[in-house]
Amino acid sequence: MESWRKNPRLFWLFAVPPSFWLLLFFLVPLALVWVLSFGEKVGLVDVVITWQPDNYMRALDPLYLQIFAKSFWFAGLTTAVCLVIGFAVAIAITFAPARRRPLLLMLVMLPFWTNLLIRTYALIAVFRSRGFVNAGLENLWQWANGLLALIGLGELQLLGTEFEPLQLLYNNFAVVAGLVYVHLPFMVLPLYAALDRMDRSYIEASLDLGAGQIRTFGSVVIPLAMPGIVSGVIITFVPALGSFLTPDLLGGTDSQMIANVIERQFKSANDWPFGAALSFILMYITFFAIALRALWVGKRRRGLAA
Amino acid sequence: MIGARKHRVMGPLDYGRRMWVRLSLWATLIFLYAPIVILVAFSFNDSRRNIVWRGFTFKYYEKAWNNDALIEAFTNSLTIALISTVVSVILGMMTAVLLWRFRFPGKAPFEGTVSLPIIVPEICMGVAMMTFFADIGWPRDLPWPLNLGAITIAHISFSFPFVAMVVRARLTHFNPELEEAARDLGASQWQSFRDVLVPYMRPGLLAGGLLAFTLSLDDFVITFFTSGPETVTFPVKVYSMIRFSVTPEVNAASTALIMITIVLTAIALRLQNRT
Repeated sequence: MESWRKNPRLFWLFAVPPSFWLLLFFLVPLALVWVLSFGEKVGLVDVVITWQPDNYMRALDPLYLQIFAKSFWFAGLTTAVCLVIGFAVAIAITFAPARRRPLLLMLVMLPFWTNLLIRTYALIAVFRSRGFVNAGLENLWQWANGLLALIGLGELQLLGTEFEPLQLLYNNFAVVAGLVYVHLPFMVLPLYAALDRMDRSYIEASLDLGAGQIRTFGSVVIPLAMPGIVSGVIITFVPALGSFLTPDLLGGTDSQMIANVIERQFKSANDWPFGAALSFILMYITFFAIALRALWVGKRRRGLAA
Repeated sequence: MIGARKHRVMGPLDYGRRMWVRLSLWATLIFLYAPIVILVAFSFNDSRRNIVWRGFTFKYYEKAWNNDALIEAFTNSLTIALISTVVSVILGMMTAVLLWRFRFPGKAPFEGTVSLPIIVPEICMGVAMMTFFADIGWPRDLPWPLNLGAITIAHISFSFPFVAMVVRARLTHFNPELEEAARDLGASQWQSFRDVLVPYMRPGLLAGGLLAFTLSLDDFVITFFTSGPETVTFPVKVYSMIRFSVTPEVNAASTALIMITIVLTAIALRLQNRT
């Protein structure tokens, strides 16, 4: 690496275009939203910048606090489910025969490369009241009913007179299932990276010294995989919290998340200043989560050095 | 004796052969793939009801192909993705070389700012772009393809940091002596860049370019906030079709997009493995 002073012409040639682009087409738009968040809507289209934190205060209204709480709950639950499933999958890949590992890893990553909208749409077809899950359940129901009739319990109608499809779509269940579906690859990758780096002789030593599998998992594997767990939790939680498409397409009226409220302010409700304030709150939460991880990494590094 | 039974006895570390580990892997793969496989399979199903198999047909592909609005949206998406990729590769390459090669004041903040578009939630970026183009009074009624400018600009903003990341990862393994040798042998600054550094970066540039292309082709949220009635992209069009109803035609269109993405990803992975 050399000082920019040694070659200023080349430095400026490479520095100016990306900096200019970043400033004009990224930082300026963000700054505009930030200014807008201190504005007030007057009339139908006009906005006056008052520099009052009114929009942020409005976000503290129980109605919106509830939506924030719900978003946290959805994202947290998604992260927890992804962590459990992701851990099992990461272990399966880590301990698979070496020549099969790249293939398995690619199989987990490939859906991540498929369009988010299409994956969500695919879930709709599966979860619909006349979709595949319910069709399967209906078959099961008919089969069970037939069995009951066979053993002479047909008249009792133990399973109800008609099959009632499960309501799997347009509710909170659908949103969390959709979020897990979309974010699982984010969790598997860092967990796999951490487990792959792990020195297996630690597990062997723990087992040799008499700890059971469960205890070994709790006091050896998890601590060693901690960097992967923390990374996985952050990169699952952050995008899940800001999800728009999944609650929009799979959720019902009471499963809206922050992003859906933001979208509504900018599109149908036409209250841009309030939407701007909400999106900055979402951004602050995102930065806070990432800062927490950085803090954790720094602390751990210092701990290891000491 | 132990040697003879080696294949049947499970060692304490043979987690890969444990039932629950295998089961969870297979269950997860089924969970991940079943919806997509069903979607693809039923795009060939000769029935409007998406659930019972009534025989093989291409008619929904024909229908999608003859749907002018859909094809127009697809053309828009490809145009945007192509322009966005070219610009993103150039800007990303510059950023990567800059960060790899130079020490300069303000480097850490610059690095942080470059990774910001990767971190910022899509919805926030979307509304920022919407606000920006509304505030500067970006003209809405330009002739094609200039009317795609706003979307293209937004796509470049979130794509080029990814390209920079990929190219920079490639550059960390570069041996600077190669460039020094070129300079010693009389190559100019520009020649050594063009004939030594660029060829070395090429796999990274290609992988980054394919990444930028798929990111642009796939993006819905940010495009949703920058597109107008005249500038509909493929995902935006599919979104409005999904809102309307679940039809085999949407399945056909989706399958086409999935295939494109898979082919591009396969090429990108192959390129990366070669390095």
